Amino acid sequence: MTFAVLSAILSHWRRAPLQFIALLAGLALATALWSGVQAINAEARSSYDAAAQTLLDGQVDRLVPADGGAVTQADHLALRMAGWRVSPVAEGRLNGVRILGLDPNTVPAGVGQIDIADRADADAFRTGDGQIFGRAEALDRLGPVPPEPVPVAEIAPGTVVTQIGVAQRLLDRPAGHIDFLLLDPDQPDGLPRLAEIAPGLSRVAAGGGTDLSRLTDSFHLNLTAFGALSFVVGLFIVHGTVGLAIEQRRPMVRTLRAVGVPLRLLLWGLGLELLIFALAGGALGLILGHLIAGALLPDVASSLRGLYGAAISGELTLRPGWIAAGLAMSLAGVAIAGTGALVKVARLPILAAARPRAWAMGHRKGQRVLTGVGMAALAGAGGLALWGTSLVAGFALVGAVLLGAAAILPAILSSVLRFGESSANGPVAEWFWADSRQQLPGLSLALMALLLAMAANAGVSTMVSSFRLTFIGFLDQRLAAELYVDTKEEPGLEAWLTDRSDAVLPVQSVEVEVRGLPTDLYGTRPDPLYPDNWRLLEGGAAAWQTMFDGRGVLINEQLARRGGIGVGDILPLAGQDLPVVGVFGDYGNPIGQAMIAEPLWTDAYPNEVPRRFAVRTDPAAVPGMIEAMQAEFGIAPDSAIDQAGIKAVSLQVFERTFAVTGALNLLTLGVAGFAILMSLLTLGSMRLPQLAPVWAMGLTRSRLGGLDLLRAVLLAGLTTVLAIPLGLALAWALLAIVNVAAFGWRLPMFLFPADYALLGVEAILAAALAAGWPAIRLSRIPPDRLLRVFAAER
Amino acid sequence: MLLSIQDLTKSFDSAEGPVPVLQGVSLTLAAGETVALTGESGSGKSTILHLVGGLDAPSGGTIRIDGQDISGLGDAGRAALRRTTVGIVFQQFNLIPSMTVGANIGFQARLAGRTAPVADLAARMGLSAQLDKYPEDLSGGQQQRVAIARALAAAPRLILADEPTGNLDEATADSVMDLMLEAIADSGAGLLMVTHSDRLAARLSRRLHLSGGRIA
Repeated sequence: MTFAVLSAILSHWRRAPLQFIALLAGLALATALWSGVQAINAEARSSYDAAAQTLLDGQVDRLVPADGGAVTQADHLALRMAGWRVSPVAEGRLNGVRILGLDPNTVPAGVGQIDIADRADADAFRTGDGQIFGRAEALDRLGPVPPEPVPVAEIAPGTVVTQIGVAQRLLDRPAGHIDFLLLDPDQPDGLPRLAEIAPGLSRVAAGGGTDLSRLTDSFHLNLTAFGALSFVVGLFIVHGTVGLAIEQRRPMVRTLRAVGVPLRLLLWGLGLELLIFALAGGALGLILGHLIAGALLPDVASSLRGLYGAAISGELTLRPGWIAAGLAMSLAGVAIAGTGALVKVARLPILAAARPRAWAMGHRKGQRVLTGVGMAALAGAGGLALWGTSLVAGFALVGAVLLGAAAILPAILSSVLRFGESSANGPVAEWFWADSRQQLPGLSLALMALLLAMAANAGVSTMVSSFRLTFIGFLDQRLAAELYVDTKEEPGLEAWLTDRSDAVLPVQSVEVEVRGLPTDLYGTRPDPLYPDNWRLLEGGAAAWQTMFDGRGVLINEQLARRGGIGVGDILPLAGQDLPVVGVFGDYGNPIGQAMIAEPLWTDAYPNEVPRRFAVRTDPAAVPGMIEAMQAEFGIAPDSAIDQAGIKAVSLQVFERTFAVTGALNLLTLGVAGFAILMSLLTLGSMRLPQLAPVWAMGLTRSRLGGLDLLRAVLLAGLTTVLAIPLGLALAWALLAIVNVAAFGWRLPMFLFPADYALLGVEAILAAALAAGWPAIRLSRIPPDRLLRVFAAER
Repeated sequence: MLLSIQDLTKSFDSAEGPVPVLQGVSLTLAAGETVALTGESGSGKSTILHLVGGLDAPSGGTIRIDGQDISGLGDAGRAALRRTTVGIVFQQFNLIPSMTVGANIGFQARLAGRTAPVADLAARMGLSAQLDKYPEDLSGGQQQRVAIARALAAAPRLILADEPTGNLDEATADSVMDLMLEAIADSGAGLLMVTHSDRLAARLSRRLHLSGGRIA
């Protein structure tokens, strides 16, 4: 009996191949977008972990030379003899690859460890006879070098690790050259002070300005939000298709039960069918997701490298956790979509009449409940917008706004269509509006998917474009001068530069603590460069002059938010109590920053000598000045930075971010278009009983097809009009609540009307394309198919 | 003559080749005349109605309505014929579920560019209280009366009815037939009605029996 029941259940798909494709494709697309984004994130995070291991970032404190040069062997030995547990590191770049030379005998436990047991000769590594570890691509880029290359996947992309002696040889450094010392976290008690043993070294705390994960989390958060939205959009397709497939089999279910099939067996059969779909669609989605992630990953890698300097591999690794998560999402999606349909089947009385329109009518009833839930969700979102400040509140707001708006969409569209009907002139127009309202229940899930896709597009585009404008502003702020010189102490350099430029501004800072927060304190020389280019979030026009005059301090947004500091608060800095006179935007900086007048700073830190300068001059004079400076002082070529060059490269790399979000935008919109197509195709045959009488009364098939196309475009257009403000609300929530709660700084929000108009055109085009095929099918439908509607009456 | 059919043939394609349904049917119907078309299932009764109503094109022969040959009309021509010249009443009512009773009654007339006496027809059919309701709120008999009113509202020359009372109980069927015949008599239109019921066929002015695709 089980086989017979299963055969009967599955026979439905022979007669409904489009539904079969819609269900499978919906599941596959939903899983693909979700798992693709997850794969990218997992890959990036894995790279960070490797980077943290091998780049030594944020793990242990370091001792670095205060003057920026090398650590002397004398200091190293003095520290060791005094009992300090330190380990020397030599680092540099060769052929674009970062070479990290460690001393395997002293490197702190858990830092830069490489599991070489299975892959290499440990003795060779320890003795420095010649083994170098890294990812295959990094070893390839390094080229043929004397040590034996050993491919190791756990090492950060673009980095190789070797013994310190090998690194010194490869980097052409003298034997014994040390760039910095790693401090073992486990130091013995009663050590003499650092200043007594090695006064030339200063200690840099772990996790200061190099903790990439906090910055890149912002990027991953956005990607994850996008992936989740895409999954929800896909879920709408699955929900609609599963509901329709079950509904269409109500007569069969009734018959099977009438001939004695137990309800439990029927439910098991339908459940098994859904499980098969979930696994098949999920597996297909994982393959698609892998392809999507593989295609996007090089751009994501470039974005992260360009934005944050975070190196991640451009290659994708298939991870078991990622596969399990993808399949779990697919199963969860089917469970959510199918449970309601199965409950309906369970409650279906055996003698219930087969009502083809029950599906639509049932939706209409459910719609009232849904609208109520949607209104409640939006009211909740309003409350969260007013009073929510935490990360959870931010995400709850985003979820409530999206789901609330999607839930009330059919009710809003129905009202608009009812208004259109009441103001229509002519029988065809009246029928068009009334029929559109009639079709709404069948199309509402696809339109909700379109709404979410459009809102996500508008929201994420707004966020990314705002991000971009802010980034450009940040570049203008931080690279406002035409030339930056960053070098060791060079006597006479400042005077030399002053003679040949409009102004020379030292970029000088010390790390201090403000209300327990690490903060870079800058001594600032008065110049219009600052007020002209730096954006003040708080504080009036006079704030800069007040600071230049030594009567106040300017702080960055991060310090203001984390320290709860506002304009007017007094901060003890450089031996003075200075009032905060302004807050400046400082996108991307993980730690606090404060600016005081140069005289106050030099009085407080007389031993600090500026080694970095911003030079104001004619941009055309920059290349000549760099050449002359190199000839005069012999400074390294990369110590003089041409502002225009940096900006161009930075922006070029940043455009990669748009490639990623653009691709995801297009994919999400494509999924929504697919949802519309599948809804129209599956509804197509159900609609014939409603269209045939109108055709019989004198409307041609081509006119009916044209009206169907117009209906799809109209509904997509109306959905677009609602989606744009929803997208802006989404962007606002992400920028003003989620970003602030997660990262401590707020991105200003900009509006891009032309982009929204283009997005609207794209959505309408997607809807027109999706509706085109069903419309053509309708306009070419053989009359006997329509006649069968009347013939089927007997 | 309002309707004149000569040597009408119609075949449908099948896997085994063309299947003839009508094999040279000829009949006439005068204005104001009511004709019942009876016959066993599959004899081609409904096919004749579909061809006369311009819902389908014949394989051969001619159909003239008010002297105009409609056999060679294209899609648009047949659509115009359905809008202006014929009114069709189906067994399953086929009302537009998204429009009110009043809008349904007036729909075809407005398509034809005519003013529909919606209130009069509704009163005549006993539907005045139902004008603002939707079809799903009506009983089967009420729905069929709406369908008849809709067909009559456009003042067509010819009414085609396909088992118009097939879904109704006997008492309701009689009452609907009374109303339909009375309204058609007043309008002066002709009626060609397909029915299985000898009792209903007997109420019409003439009866034609179809068998094996031919008038018996």
